[in-house]
Amino acid sequence: MSFRLSYRADPGNPWFSWQYVRDNSDTLLAALREHTWLTARAVLIAALIAVPLAVAAYWFRPLAGPILAITGVFYTIPSLALFAFIAPYLGIGAVTVLSVVVLYALLVIVRNAIAGLTQVPPEVREAAEGMGYGRWARLFRIDLPLALPGILTGLRLATVSTVALVTVGVVIGRGGLGQLIFAGFQNNFYKAQIMTGTLLCVLLALVLDLALAGVGRLLTPWLARRSS
Amino acid sequence: MSVIGQAIVWLNDPLNWTNPGGILDRLGEHLVLSAAAVALGCLVAWPIGLWLGHTGRGGGLVVMVANVTLAVPTLALLTILPLTFLGFGRPSVIVALAVFAVPPLLANAYTGVRQADPEARDAARGMGLSGWQVLRRVELPLAVPYLAAGFRTAAVQVVATAALASFVNGGGLGQIIRAGFGLDIAAGGGQILAGGVLVAGLAVLVEIVLALVERLVTPRPLRAARRGANRRAADAVTGG
Repeated sequence: MSFRLSYRADPGNPWFSWQYVRDNSDTLLAALREHTWLTARAVLIAALIAVPLAVAAYWFRPLAGPILAITGVFYTIPSLALFAFIAPYLGIGAVTVLSVVVLYALLVIVRNAIAGLTQVPPEVREAAEGMGYGRWARLFRIDLPLALPGILTGLRLATVSTVALVTVGVVIGRGGLGQLIFAGFQNNFYKAQIMTGTLLCVLLALVLDLALAGVGRLLTPWLARRSS
Repeated sequence: MSVIGQAIVWLNDPLNWTNPGGILDRLGEHLVLSAAAVALGCLVAWPIGLWLGHTGRGGGLVVMVANVTLAVPTLALLTILPLTFLGFGRPSVIVALAVFAVPPLLANAYTGVRQADPEARDAARGMGLSGWQVLRRVELPLAVPYLAAGFRTAAVQVVATAALASFVNGGGLGQIIRAGFGLDIAAGGGQILAGGVLVAGLAVLVEIVLALVERLVTPRPLRAARRGANRRAADAVTGG
């Protein structure tokens, strides 16, 4: 089965081909698994670093400015340049890809987590203090739950952009699905392979995003109740 | 010799700058590609964003465009577009880059018009201005800080993304990094690092220059509101 997208598409090289998907299901699944695994690890590591950072910025307001400024500068640095900075030291392995994507995911999550924490209404905070909550109890029972929508927005954005960013890893041969796209381009412009890799990438981003949105709804039942 | 030492040596070789395909050539390509992509993005995104903002519809569309382009890998567009009617060469690279310039431009144009003071809008209408005149004389000037913020975000993003054009031999400074990786880390480490410094330096430079431009084009009375505008504009981009 094939659809023609452009006038140049000759029948021998269609954009969509079930034949290709069937014949290469092993390769596709391996790439998809590598991609998913890299993304999951990256977002998890990034969240574990980013949320404490955001809390630090929330507790010690003077830290918020520098943290936001530094993350802003890092975000300006192109991903390829970051690969160029890290690869000579960490070599060409999965660790390099992981460090680059963790760094970008980190920036997104920190910014959204700080935004979420600063949106906690001051009345609520004062009420909690009046009820005798200590700093840590207030953090876990009041501040973090109320900041959860912001943190989840950060996680979702970080996940979606990480899925796309992992493909840049082809520069060191560790691009997950990007590897398929790139190999398809180099092997006589194998359109079915390029398109399948791209669609899997977008689909993966979509599925992970929806999954996180679902988790978010489960974790914040009060928001669903309020909007309904 | 350490990698940093190698990078300094590589950058200090005048032939690496002036050779065909040297730094100056690549820098020129990088700037031409980026400028064309940003111009194309503005041409498409600003009219649509301003119009959607003026009519007050399509907020969902703006967020959707931002989310979809976030999920599409740059590599995919760079490899798919040359195989379509655009053909190999600059046009396809420019279109691929322009796609990533559209979301910030669109979102900021939309937000910029939406945030215009409703009282100013009503006053303009009361004075008998038509819808088109309201957009041109009231909403557009009030949206300038947002347009400038969006332009800056888009331009920095395009300059950063243009480094990836090297994957399809599209030129630009990324080509230096790719060539370095082609040599293997041990031999090309210095060149890889030097290329990274050049690419990152250009991105940061563009950011700084455009921040100054943004300040210059923002009328003084609107400057106080600028910080808040930036933040809201950023929210609009990230859909948050």
